[in-house]
Amino acid sequence: MNRYTILVYTENFIGILNRITIIFTRRGINIDALTASESRLDGIHKITIEVTVTEEQIIQLTKQIEKVVDVIKAYCFKDEEVVYQEIALYKVPIESLDPGLEKVIRQFNAHIIAAEKEFVVIEFTGHKEDTQALLEILKPFNLLEFSRSGRVAIAKPKFSVQEYLNNQT
Amino acid sequence: MIRGADIVVKSLIEENSEYIFGYPGGAIMPVYDALYDYSDQIKHVLTRHEQGAIHAAQGYARVSGKVGVVLVTSGPGATNLITGLADALIDSTPLVCITGQVAAHLLGSDAFQETDVVGLSMPGTKWNIQVRSVEEIAPAIAKAFHIAKTGRPGPVLVDITKNAQIEFGEFNYAPCLSVRSFRPYVKINEKAVADAATLINTAKQPYVLFGQGVVLANAEAELKAFLDKTGIPAASTLLGSGALPQDHPSYVGKLGMHGNYAPNLLTNQCDVLIAVGMRFDDRVTGDLKRYAKQAKVIHLELDPSEIDKNVKTTVAIQGDCKVSLALLTEAVQSNSHPEWMQRFRELENEEKLAVMTNDLHATQGGLHMGEVIRLINQFKEEDAVLVTDVGQHQMIAWRYFDYKTTRTQVTSGGLGTMGFALPAALGAQLYDYKRQVVCVVGDGGIQMTIQELGTIMQTKAPVKVVLLNNNYLGMVRQWQQLFFDKRYSFTELENPDFIKIAEAYSFKARKVTEREDLEASVAEMLLHQGPYFLEVVVEKEDNVFPMIATGCSVEEVRLS
Repeated sequence: MNRYTILVYTENFIGILNRITIIFTRRGINIDALTASESRLDGIHKITIEVTVTEEQIIQLTKQIEKVVDVIKAYCFKDEEVVYQEIALYKVPIESLDPGLEKVIRQFNAHIIAAEKEFVVIEFTGHKEDTQALLEILKPFNLLEFSRSGRVAIAKPKFSVQEYLNNQT
Repeated sequence: MIRGADIVVKSLIEENSEYIFGYPGGAIMPVYDALYDYSDQIKHVLTRHEQGAIHAAQGYARVSGKVGVVLVTSGPGATNLITGLADALIDSTPLVCITGQVAAHLLGSDAFQETDVVGLSMPGTKWNIQVRSVEEIAPAIAKAFHIAKTGRPGPVLVDITKNAQIEFGEFNYAPCLSVRSFRPYVKINEKAVADAATLINTAKQPYVLFGQGVVLANAEAELKAFLDKTGIPAASTLLGSGALPQDHPSYVGKLGMHGNYAPNLLTNQCDVLIAVGMRFDDRVTGDLKRYAKQAKVIHLELDPSEIDKNVKTTVAIQGDCKVSLALLTEAVQSNSHPEWMQRFRELENEEKLAVMTNDLHATQGGLHMGEVIRLINQFKEEDAVLVTDVGQHQMIAWRYFDYKTTRTQVTSGGLGTMGFALPAALGAQLYDYKRQVVCVVGDGGIQMTIQELGTIMQTKAPVKVVLLNNNYLGMVRQWQQLFFDKRYSFTELENPDFIKIAEAYSFKARKVTEREDLEASVAEMLLHQGPYFLEVVVEKEDNVFPMIATGCSVEEVRLS
């Protein structure tokens, strides 16, 4: 089993996310994380899916995703073939703000992005291992809440969905 | 400006739809009201259940190559389509299904007969869409037809809210010619063709497996030309039957769990396996770990997700097999394989002695299903269509039916849907009233959609129904006998008087229990002009052989 990132370029069509996720459901495969947003190209959405499967499975999954009518193109990559980041937010009670916490924030190069009367919100981006490490450290500081995004990724190999579309006509 | 409901009907007419198979209800009533005005341009067939409507559309699509059209209401009308959608998806049958939906402002409110049809049908459709305003209707239907029939065909569903059917809008129909995210036809890779040709030219024991892809691509002539030039033995899948006339010198039989002996056994002795338009279904391959491991595999296939899915290829030729077969035929050398072919013929003789002679020509004991099929062959017209349900009768009819022309095989292959045959036969018959359509069913399956006898009565479609009655769910009983210690758990049926039922639906009906009455009855049926119902009481505990048991390898195919 390896960790893979699938980049899916789709039409902006109602239900497209469902059509893609049921491919995983049917095969009993858990999606580790999923992010969807508009892409660089007008009207084309980009879905980033992180999944832990075998090489055989990832090839089949990618083909099945690409088979969906409203999917323009799907690419799969190993971790080392993508530049990726995840963002994490940590809510810590104001009483926990002490020199110990300050040191942690400095060490991690994390940011306090909001300060309320009763708590502060710390933001930190990195790979899951990094955000997880900070989570473990912040737990003893009476961490109130934690939220982590799915990965966003840029592929290292050169490819262009625009070029792909141009070549099709 | 015309109503959305009129736009629905006019769009179907623009797509040259000949028939709509449907059932009215609240949320589709405006379209039914519109249909009233177009009965001279498009015919509607009122089935007795929505499942009947979709199976009839499947039967129509399979024999015609055209898109089958289904029209039903929201809620239960739509959910009753699900089995047919799943069936059409796995068997690559082009359908456009239109479902009514509650008015847009009621969506999500649990309104009467509201159900999330788009969500429910998603895994069972190639594509689906909900239309909530009048101006979306024509483009959605145009796109639906394009997607249903282009590339690997499949079912699509268009869910239209009631308000969109009632609203007024302009009608300028523009057929959909392309969808930017959907480009199923790719240029054939010339290097792959050359590599495949090299493998084929140097092969000692090459072997062709062909499937329904050949029929869907209209590539029957290209397959024949390839086989004529190469002299390679060729076997058919269940849905591929008919793509090659069975009297062609290359034809060696049928693949799969209940296929022929030689074609299964010799799969594991060929050196180059050439698969054309087939998907290596588990009923064809048996245990994949012991399937054709010795062979180099060439796969001609349109759908890239089928390539390397079950069997790893040496050379994949992705694309339309009508094109790739022609290119490959040009690239290969003329050849013949008499010794290799002889192996098939020898094993065929073994099967004849061990199984076929008794199946087809028994002289004592109860009637065999095979005898009925032999007599059908004897009296049928050359291009007669065989429609079968699912179970023992399906396998026997398929094994022994003499397929001479293409698009003569209509059965539920991938999904194995009992109840498929009767409505599918109706649809097949409506495409051409003059063509013989023989619907072979079991006593289990026919009772799943028996109400469609009423639709046959109303349309006067001259379907010939052949009920092979063993008072058992025979295939399940066979498995219980072979693998569950003869524990016949809930497989025996107490059946009604089928002849009375058939006669109540105005069929000419006859029941045969004795061997000496069979031939005359089959002849009478096939000469009869209108609908005919022939019940043949067959041996209660007959089994279908050869058989590859679940988990076994193709070379473990057993004759008894």
